[in-house]
Amino acid sequence: MKSSALAGGGLMISFSCLAEFKLDDKVSGLDLPDQWYELTGYIKITPDNIIKILNPNPEFGQNVMTSLPMIVAEELDADWKQVVVEMGPHDNVKLGPQFTGGSNSVRMYWKPLREAGAAARHMLMEAAAQTWSVPVEEVTTKAGMIYHEKTGKSGTYGSFASKASEIPIPKGPKLKDVKNFNVVRHSQKNVEGLKIVTGKPLFGLDYKAEGMLIAMIEHPPAFGMKLKSFDASEALKMPGIKDVFSQKLYEDGFEQGGFDTRSFNDLLVVVGKTTWEVMKARKKLKVTWEPAGDTKNIMSGKREVVVPGELETTSTQLEKMKEYAKKPAQQLRKDGDPETAFKNAAQVIERTYNAPFLAHNCMEPMNFFAHVTDEKAVVAGPLQAPGWSEPTLAKLLNLPADKIEIQMTRMGGGFGLRAYGHYIYEAALISKKVKAPVKLMYTREDDMTYGIYRPMYTATYRAALDANKNLIAFHVKGGGIPEHAIHANRFPAGAVDNYLAEGWQIPSNITIGAFRAPRSNFNAAAEQSFLDEIAEAMGKDPIDFRLELLKRAKENPVGKNNDYNADRYAEVLKLVKEKSGWNNPENKKYSRGVAAYFCHNSYVAHVVDMIKRDGQPYVERVFSAIDCGIVINPDAATNMVQGAVVDGIGNALYGGLTHKDGAAEQNNFHRYRIIRMHEAPKKIEVHFVQNDIDPTGLGEPPFPPVFGAVANALYKNTGNRFYEQPYILQLNKTSRA
Amino acid sequence: MITLNINKKNYNVDVDPETPLLWVLRDVINLVGTKYGCGMAQCGACVVHLNGEAVRSCVTKVSRAVGQKVVTIEGLSEKNDHPLQKAWIELDVPQCGYCQGGQIMSAAVLLRENKNPTDKDIDAAMAGNICRCGTYLRIRDAIKLAAEKQRKGI
Repeated sequence: MKSSALAGGGLMISFSCLAEFKLDDKVSGLDLPDQWYELTGYIKITPDNIIKILNPNPEFGQNVMTSLPMIVAEELDADWKQVVVEMGPHDNVKLGPQFTGGSNSVRMYWKPLREAGAAARHMLMEAAAQTWSVPVEEVTTKAGMIYHEKTGKSGTYGSFASKASEIPIPKGPKLKDVKNFNVVRHSQKNVEGLKIVTGKPLFGLDYKAEGMLIAMIEHPPAFGMKLKSFDASEALKMPGIKDVFSQKLYEDGFEQGGFDTRSFNDLLVVVGKTTWEVMKARKKLKVTWEPAGDTKNIMSGKREVVVPGELETTSTQLEKMKEYAKKPAQQLRKDGDPETAFKNAAQVIERTYNAPFLAHNCMEPMNFFAHVTDEKAVVAGPLQAPGWSEPTLAKLLNLPADKIEIQMTRMGGGFGLRAYGHYIYEAALISKKVKAPVKLMYTREDDMTYGIYRPMYTATYRAALDANKNLIAFHVKGGGIPEHAIHANRFPAGAVDNYLAEGWQIPSNITIGAFRAPRSNFNAAAEQSFLDEIAEAMGKDPIDFRLELLKRAKENPVGKNNDYNADRYAEVLKLVKEKSGWNNPENKKYSRGVAAYFCHNSYVAHVVDMIKRDGQPYVERVFSAIDCGIVINPDAATNMVQGAVVDGIGNALYGGLTHKDGAAEQNNFHRYRIIRMHEAPKKIEVHFVQNDIDPTGLGEPPFPPVFGAVANALYKNTGNRFYEQPYILQLNKTSRA
Repeated sequence: MITLNINKKNYNVDVDPETPLLWVLRDVINLVGTKYGCGMAQCGACVVHLNGEAVRSCVTKVSRAVGQKVVTIEGLSEKNDHPLQKAWIELDVPQCGYCQGGQIMSAAVLLRENKNPTDKDIDAAMAGNICRCGTYLRIRDAIKLAAEKQRKGI
């Protein structure tokens, strides 16, 4: 397997899916026949024609348990009703990269899974041709059956599975014409739907093992603090409690990989028989914390990173960001002569946008099972990228990688947080110490105050208009704690003659990580609000204004490396304009906001329709237009887009995590507001652009532009522009005034 | 020893009577369909029925359940065919699925009391259940579909 980092933070991984191998059968808990013939690593077939397809990728609600096997079934020419799906084991050699993130699941598995299905189909046809002594070219398939028209012979896949499994896996098998798909592009129900609605054990927290203990970690009450001492004598007297101890996550000098996050290195661990007993015992701990001071992390390549020890407070952070915004910053892209253009401008519009840290708040808090012995480690639970955690696990446990088995459970949400391995390492180290199987569990409070948040962002946008109200220059200067969000080569780069993008950042001990559409989730709020304001200043319709810029970017692009396709971008704007009845006078009763954005190789535009309900702005309905290429499972894809829209409205209006002296001020849902049923729109109409382009991302792209569309609709609804997230803060201020 | 009646079955459990019902269900009785989300009655992932009423099992002491009838998502229907479960599957509601058991348990009480709930009724009954994936529209539609199934007896 080869992997290489791409500009823009993506990760491209190439691998051979068709290596010849035999997969250990790890079927368990399923009432299925035990005679399986393996055809490529992903497919097994029984003599009575049950087809099992392994889902290689972690499932966190994006529905890959269904959509990825659909791709295999399509090229296999199987009847979807014959297919049973099973979560694959962690095996990057046999089953590919196996990570959920960057909206990559379908995109990276599209070709390999098609080839796996097509190869298996070819093997079955070959087996039938040999059995019937006919040329393989004359053999056809349909819905799990093989036919030879001339002789009238036919048979099930199952009847040839044994023979087919002995045939070498062909390289580069011929793929179907996408026009002939009959599984892919046809809505199929979630293969785990029944298990979900009947409460079957599926998630990490549901995992059980004989003799399993429960562990929890008491972490410092604030970023910048560490454990000084503790007295566990009272806690140890509590019923069910087995042990209380402190444990270092990484030893001094440990070289951390990029995903080896941790917010606190000294863990105070409580281990007991049941969850409630451990929760109660934690309250009896007497702990002294002390300031950690500046600390040094050693990242891979022995790179030293100093983490400042300051106990940070949100208001101070905001002041600091204002100061930094005035300082010179790193130039990320420059076209033309923006300085002169701004000097000569007839009008300059300048606006600053701010957004807070966001907690992921997965409904299932972080947890992991681990059973570590001297010989091996078995860990099981919810995580997005087992392959990224395995090498570190091996180092921490001093075990060879082949003695580590990582089982992937269904995840109760991920949103990026579960790409990071700290809680897996913690569970494994705890199990090793207590010499027993252990399930580590974070309470909601542990989960929300632990860190790995969406960074805190700011950006100042400036636009220069000439006397004829033409946009002659565009400048964005973005900063963040601890990193900025700027994507310098994205729209409107390429559409404006004079363009400047700059970035700066402020180090912090508050830890951050990927959060659904990292960076884009802020840019699309700020930039798309700003474009709305420019359009207004120019006296133009906000959709027409964007289309004009895109026309320019297409016909006469400015600069190089513009990383979007202007045609596809314009297409989603045109589609949403049509579907939302943008110019229909009947829709004047709504306060309408539009936004469009490109990320994860897909294009999305939303129109948000707001009304006033009980005196408060409320998003009544949303129209979405998306170009993500071929849509594998249309109804499930629609569900995900609707969810992203709701998530976007919720985070834009209510999301935010603040700090006082290093401590998170929100630690559970009574203080951290999550959008609820009565605040969600009544209708979200999703329209996919119909084309035959290979699939691109879908989990993330619909999320960012919601923020901008909501801000623009709020302006229409209230007469005020919204520059600070969450927007509810400004709404509350104005409604009080 | 405490005796509990859960999904029409009796269980004798040896636990501190202060223990939240949630943890008795999950850790002791091995019924894990009832989920932990917040531990303070804010998210609804842990909703069960106590004598037919929706309660947050994360803040309900197990002692309160003694002598009462407890129903969890695992016991909502005998053949996995409660109108809500059927509607949930028909409309393919879940994304991650973690909150859905609690959503269905809240909705089940609404449907029993109200054969034809309006949007406002659904808003009021479901405001206590968080879905981080944002499946609210489908939950709303599925409740209406289940109501229709219930009225028509299908």
